[in-house]
Amino acid sequence: MKRLPGQNPARGLTRSLTRSLTLTTGCLLAGAVGLLALVSLFWLPYASDDTSGGRLAAPGDGHLLGTDKLGRDLLTQLMTGSRIAVQAGLGSVLIAATVGVTLGVLAAFAQGWLDDTLSVLLDILIAFPTLLLAMLIVAARSATLESAVLAIGLAQSAVVGRLVRVLVKRVLAQDFITASRTSGTSWPRIVAGHILPNIWPTLVVNLALQFGLAVLAEAGLSYLGLGAPPPNASWGRMLQEAQATFTTAPAGALAPGILLVLLVIGVNLIADGLRDTLDPAARRRRA
Amino acid sequence: MARYLLRRFVFLLVSLALASVVLFVLLRMLPGDPANALTAVGATDEQIAAARRSIGSDRPLPEQFTHWIGQLLRGDLGTSFVSSLPVGPEVGARLNVTVPLTLAAFVLAVLIAVPAGFLAAYRRRTWYGSLLSGVSQLGIAIPVFWLGMILIAVFALNARWLPAGGFPPDGWDRPGEAIRSLVLPVLTIALVMSASLIRYVRSATLDVLGSDYLRTARALGSSFGRAMWRHGLRNASVPVVSILGIELASTLLGAVVVESVFALPGLGSLLATGIAQHDYPVIQGVLFVSTLAVLIIGFAADLLQRIIDPRLRRGLSGGNR
Repeated sequence: MKRLPGQNPARGLTRSLTRSLTLTTGCLLAGAVGLLALVSLFWLPYASDDTSGGRLAAPGDGHLLGTDKLGRDLLTQLMTGSRIAVQAGLGSVLIAATVGVTLGVLAAFAQGWLDDTLSVLLDILIAFPTLLLAMLIVAARSATLESAVLAIGLAQSAVVGRLVRVLVKRVLAQDFITASRTSGTSWPRIVAGHILPNIWPTLVVNLALQFGLAVLAEAGLSYLGLGAPPPNASWGRMLQEAQATFTTAPAGALAPGILLVLLVIGVNLIADGLRDTLDPAARRRRA
Repeated sequence: MARYLLRRFVFLLVSLALASVVLFVLLRMLPGDPANALTAVGATDEQIAAARRSIGSDRPLPEQFTHWIGQLLRGDLGTSFVSSLPVGPEVGARLNVTVPLTLAAFVLAVLIAVPAGFLAAYRRRTWYGSLLSGVSQLGIAIPVFWLGMILIAVFALNARWLPAGGFPPDGWDRPGEAIRSLVLPVLTIALVMSASLIRYVRSATLDVLGSDYLRTARALGSSFGRAMWRHGLRNASVPVVSILGIELASTLLGAVVVESVFALPGLGSLLATGIAQHDYPVIQGVLFVSTLAVLIIGFAADLLQRIIDPRLRRGLSGGNR
């Protein structure tokens, strides 16, 4: 192969390696937590409401990671927690994607006052932090995983909606849209055939980031007692319960946090890796 | 500039008006009756009706709304359903904790993130450049309350240098104690906030480092420091300022969790009890004040961007915001 002047093949190689390294590391980290969640559906070391272990038992001796202050097995709690976290992330992102894309596309197509109103409304919604909106919705309904997911998803759909609006407007200004319109293609077909394929790389990356944020938000809500109720262990509530015994039984106050961080870093790395793969221009800017 | 200022100010007022309508309607859509919080369990229908009358929740909604807006225009945030105390002074007292907490954390985060983000970009091929990027990846993945717990365990429970939580009842009359009890919460927020800021500063710096104008300035014989100071700083600060505005606003409101970790009597805990008790005036008061703060911060950030970047000023006559 002929080498272009000024091109260093070694550097190109390391770059593509680090790029796949980002994606691979991310998949490994998030996949490990995902696997834990998957296994918890079929098998748990103990029943999640089994309190036979004795208060704050040390790791080992039938309980791989010890027990919490109610005598529940820590590993069991962690595993159900991973399921809740993955559910929270997936559920919120699903809502955010559905509502956000719909709102964003509508706002982009709307002209004049409707566009202005939708944009101002989205801006105001965004000014309300996820957590506050979530607290309101959770207070209105009861503290369940569904309320938390609904709240987080709706708050995030404002962010997704604003992004989609900008992306769609940019595509709509392109010549091929005019050409397509002139040749008689209907708007729904244009959205499906031209707009969505053009915006999805950016959208997918953003949704991956929203997944991580949703997991963090759910943990925050559970920490405040506004998440999934017992006996469904959520990492946030596990941390809140273990806060008082941090120095005497550190495992319970560290393990859920570590898993949470691993999952969120994993998903963020996947987002970074995807952006680099899907959007070469952004890669050049970042390098 | 004057025309822009006026337009931006009108936008602020319209947003505030819209936000207060949304706030009011959203709250009334909540199921549950505030009168239930006032009466004992098993109260008779007359008692509940009397409780509704006393707080005015039996009136039609438009009347309640105009009443609330009328109070707001007179600078009155209303009276708590539950404690019968005026909401304004209570919010003011809580701001004494939340505002210093937020501002100190914000300043500290900027002091950490700007040099760190610059280094992460300028020295990105060295080990400490990568380390900085890695640490910021870690920082955006850490739940803020868990970081708070860890800091408490290390600095309060093990080393016993600082209090684990709470705020002196005399507040700022004992400045030493007040400051000591805010050190860990400030550190918690600042660390998490700077993690995401570093990424923005880093990418803004990268844009500047790869720019044609910087290369031109260097080619014309300007030293790197001088070129960065004269051309780079101004260009890099425009996107960073807009992010700073958003970060400051979200920290002010996101202090709820951190205040809960450290048992601080701030705006967040007031809101939390308000929500638990269906105390509409308290919730409305807290959310109105915070929305106002968010909008003013956004206004200031927009203005600052225009002062920094003359190109934004010229663009406004086109009417495209």
